[in-house]
Amino acid sequence: MKRHSKASTYTARSCSKALAVILCAVCFCSAALAQGGELRFCLRSEPKTFDPLKVDDDASGAIRYLTGGVLIRENRQTQQLEPELALSWKVSKDGRQISFRLRSGIFFSDGTPFSAEDVAYTIQQLMDPALHSPTGDTFRSGIGSVETKVISATQVSIRFPAPVAGLDRLFDQVAILSEHSLKKEMAVLGPFMVADYKAGSSIILRRNPYYWKTDAQGRKLPYLDSIHLDIQPNRDVELLRFKRGEIDLINSLDSEYFDKLSATSPQVVHDAGPSLDSEQLWFNQAAKSPIPGYKKNWFRSTAFRRAISEAINRDDLSRVVYHGHAQPAFGPVSPANKFWFDNNLKPQTYDPETALNTLQNDGFRIENGTLKDKDGNSVVFSIITNAGNKARERMAVLIQDDLQKIGIHVNVVTLDFPSLIERMTQTFDYEAILLGLTNVDLDPNGEMNVWLSSSENHQWNPSQKVPETTWEAEMDRLMRAQASASDPNKRKEAFDRVQEIVAEQQPFIFLINKNALSAVSTSIHGAAPVILSPQTYWNAEWLTVAGK
Amino acid sequence: MHSLKRKIAAHLALVAAIVLIGGFLSATLVRLAPGFDSDERELDPRLNAESVQALRDSRRQSDNIFRFYFHYMILAAHGDLGQSLALGQPVRTLLRDRAPLTARLIAIGLSLAWAFSLTLALSAAWLRLSIYDTATTILSGFFLCMPAAVLALLSVLWNAPGSLVIALIVFPGTYRYTRNVLLKAYYQPHILAARARGVGEARILFWHVIPVIMPQLLALGGVSVSMAIGAAIPVEALCGLAGIGQLAWQSAMARDLPLLVNITVLVTLVTLLANSSADVIGAVIRGQEV
Amino acid sequence: MSLGQRLACAVLVLVLGASFAANWLAPAGYARQYRDATDAPPSHTHWLGTDELGRDRFARVLYGTRISLLLAPAAALLSTLLAALIGGFAGYAGGAWKRAAMAITDLFLSLPWLFLLITARALLPLNVSPVVSVVVTFLLLGVLGWSSAARVLCASASSLRSSDFVRQARAAGIHGRRLFWMHVLPNLKPVLFAQFWISIPVFILSEANLGILGLGVAEPMPSWGSLLKELEGLVSVGEEPWRLVPLILLVIVVTSFQIVISNQEEVAA
Repeated sequence: MKRHSKASTYTARSCSKALAVILCAVCFCSAALAQGGELRFCLRSEPKTFDPLKVDDDASGAIRYLTGGVLIRENRQTQQLEPELALSWKVSKDGRQISFRLRSGIFFSDGTPFSAEDVAYTIQQLMDPALHSPTGDTFRSGIGSVETKVISATQVSIRFPAPVAGLDRLFDQVAILSEHSLKKEMAVLGPFMVADYKAGSSIILRRNPYYWKTDAQGRKLPYLDSIHLDIQPNRDVELLRFKRGEIDLINSLDSEYFDKLSATSPQVVHDAGPSLDSEQLWFNQAAKSPIPGYKKNWFRSTAFRRAISEAINRDDLSRVVYHGHAQPAFGPVSPANKFWFDNNLKPQTYDPETALNTLQNDGFRIENGTLKDKDGNSVVFSIITNAGNKARERMAVLIQDDLQKIGIHVNVVTLDFPSLIERMTQTFDYEAILLGLTNVDLDPNGEMNVWLSSSENHQWNPSQKVPETTWEAEMDRLMRAQASASDPNKRKEAFDRVQEIVAEQQPFIFLINKNALSAVSTSIHGAAPVILSPQTYWNAEWLTVAGK
Repeated sequence: MHSLKRKIAAHLALVAAIVLIGGFLSATLVRLAPGFDSDERELDPRLNAESVQALRDSRRQSDNIFRFYFHYMILAAHGDLGQSLALGQPVRTLLRDRAPLTARLIAIGLSLAWAFSLTLALSAAWLRLSIYDTATTILSGFFLCMPAAVLALLSVLWNAPGSLVIALIVFPGTYRYTRNVLLKAYYQPHILAARARGVGEARILFWHVIPVIMPQLLALGGVSVSMAIGAAIPVEALCGLAGIGQLAWQSAMARDLPLLVNITVLVTLVTLLANSSADVIGAVIRGQEV
Repeated sequence: MSLGQRLACAVLVLVLGASFAANWLAPAGYARQYRDATDAPPSHTHWLGTDELGRDRFARVLYGTRISLLLAPAAALLSTLLAALIGGFAGYAGGAWKRAAMAITDLFLSLPWLFLLITARALLPLNVSPVVSVVVTFLLLGVLGWSSAARVLCASASSLRSSDFVRQARAAGIHGRRLFWMHVLPNLKPVLFAQFWISIPVFILSEANLGILGLGVAEPMPSWGSLLKELEGLVSVGEEPWRLVPLILLVIVVTSFQIVISNQEEVAA
């Protein structure tokens, strides 16, 4: 709770003012509008599970957000933690234990009463080593078992074998299950519950009659009667249906569609500014990769990577590919992540001449318009990206054109996702990859496995037995230091240094941070799209539909 | 009678063999294609090393393709088609829930496609106007050149049924074959002579033309089922129709081996059924002629 | 040669000629990015406007024609030949040959070839030249695209086997290969022409769809398929009719092909 610095307190305060205004607006609207109605939108894939503990895909995550009751909620607008099922909580000084005081008189959607035992049960299920879920793994910081202690019906404490950094924030992802309900995970504590599921086509959520929240007038939330979710992977069809009024919301709207919609109905589109998501390019530095040795030498050269970074026109990527709805990125943290973003990072300017100088100092030379290394090999490499993502394909083509200007020939190859992942994580048979990272977690601990050199997700050179470079060794040390420190400012200091190393070494060449774009039909009242997922319906229980 | 029974038994044995080989070949193709061992979820930075390993292990269960297929056949013989890797549901439920939609889509789509092509081809053969022929060529060419995805999007835009899209994708092919075969038949010397003698068009068509082109049309009818199945994949995926086509696409992208093998077996079975019935009807008709 | 046929030939020659004169007609080339004029409508500098990366659409159509208009018919020819050999032979030979060939054809119709294509891409190096990639793609399409035609051909050849003139030819002492090439194959023309004609646009579109597997034409090179694929973001085509030009051009070319073939076919008949 104390993690935010002064810089962010100000924004947090202004945000909470904004929230107050919105909530008033909601109350006003809802006073004018009767309760009820149906909200409709599309999920882009089939949810893989309705079990909140096993969630590992966006669609299941959406269902969990709308149906699951959590102890602590991260307010998507203020980025602050708020009490939900827990009235209050306390994290011990050593960061290993958290104690909750719970609300009383709460019931699951099937009428089963909620108590501290359910919390203990949920945590035990979540920490089952055989579960292998991302939510569970975020809590696993050391070897040993997790102890839960039910003190009374409304008091419970949980003790972890090792300190867990940012422990309380992690509970935003933990939807509480009922220990006793016969309906298992279908008994929920959130505002909605799954009422109908037609595999491959739609899911209907109905309001949970036992939901505990009420508005200022004492009316039970949610206002909506139901939410109709259509499973629709095609974005063109989604836009078409929105235009026809068949759906009310579009999350993470493509910039192209944003402009098209905004031309005809500017009141429905929202640009919430840069999101946490980044797009990046990286070179394969893995020793076990089957690519030729001279290419590995280029990719392992800091000067080479920096030159590539300098030669990419990020402003054009943002302007041409994202129609201006993206910000050039220079480091691993998006400026949207207000506390953790390192304000001292210098923007990377586009400068092909400096890039060429950097390369020439590193032994490269230009011959007949082609860049050659010191052994006379022409600099040619391929960038692979996943097929079907228009923005990435376009960025790759722009980069191809930018690098041609310094004599580098790039082949752009689009692959289906499984083939790409196999090359990236198993055969290491690639030269450069352009991909994005979806960041759901504000805390750098969520990216521990990206920065530690021993990790499988350390993409440019995974699973190193000992760090192969001094800068990776330093990053390992800093990441461990921030994870074990309890003082947020110390943690920030360490992670700022990690960001600086990444900017110096460019293992990931960060390209842009996409803006969080969304569309909300004018018939929906109370929506306040934000950058954090789920952008448009984070306050689903407060939304109302006009005319219902 | 005895020999007929034996013939039928032999035919069924052949069908069973082809279906089994089809399933095995498809499993091999999927297994050999890159990306089989990898799972998108591995990229989730929140997962720790053990969980990533567990994910991989769950895929490696089907590492040995012979063992996998043998195991699959034994289970299938007991009515268990296995569990989908990506959707976590029994394959049998998935197929049972989705087959009716696809069957209806393909049946209506094919009927429409054949109605279009026969109407156009017969009128082209009767009229024998080069302008009309060019017009139908342009029309069928237009639908042939239109990407299936665009047709599917248009159907969503105009609220047109998916079966119409399938019809529009299949009809240029069936029309072109039918027209060419029909015209060829009409140009045969004895039909030209019959025409010159003033024999009625209907009589020429039913007595002289159809018997000649029937075997080809029947074969085309059988093949058009495969064309429609192929068309159902993009149409269902884009129009958000929860049928076998959509399932096939999802399972291909997720390298869902158990589901893919079952879908291939199903498709092979339908293809064989369509083509063999075309053959059988053809043989019966020929038998009657003789 | 009829007037229509001459006209169709002229169209084909014109389109092919224009594509070879692309360097002269569109000197800026297909890859040049006018980043300040993306998605521009037609103007005197860009006759068909620019695409989403600011590349001249006219130049892309011309250069795309080169690849698609040469390779798609070549692949169509290959698949037609395979269909003729397999289907025609099976029908003509009859018996066990026919059953075996048709069993293979049925298998071919049902297997998920997508995975073969994915494997093919994996076998090619990542830094493959665009020309090699596109030639391989069309070759694969040609090799895999024969099966439906083969079944129809088999039926045609079967009925020819028992027809009067083949019996007469046999009686006249014409046997084996000669009978097949001289008397059976020419009579399969209607089906062969249909297969050839249908395959051209189907292969052009498939090439673009295989882009998702990393096969086909690589960026920044254009092909008709990739240009047609741009139509998929169709929601705005009504406002931007010039985007339909590649589709209309393809329809014109395909129709011209048909007219050229169709006349010969009627002459042959």
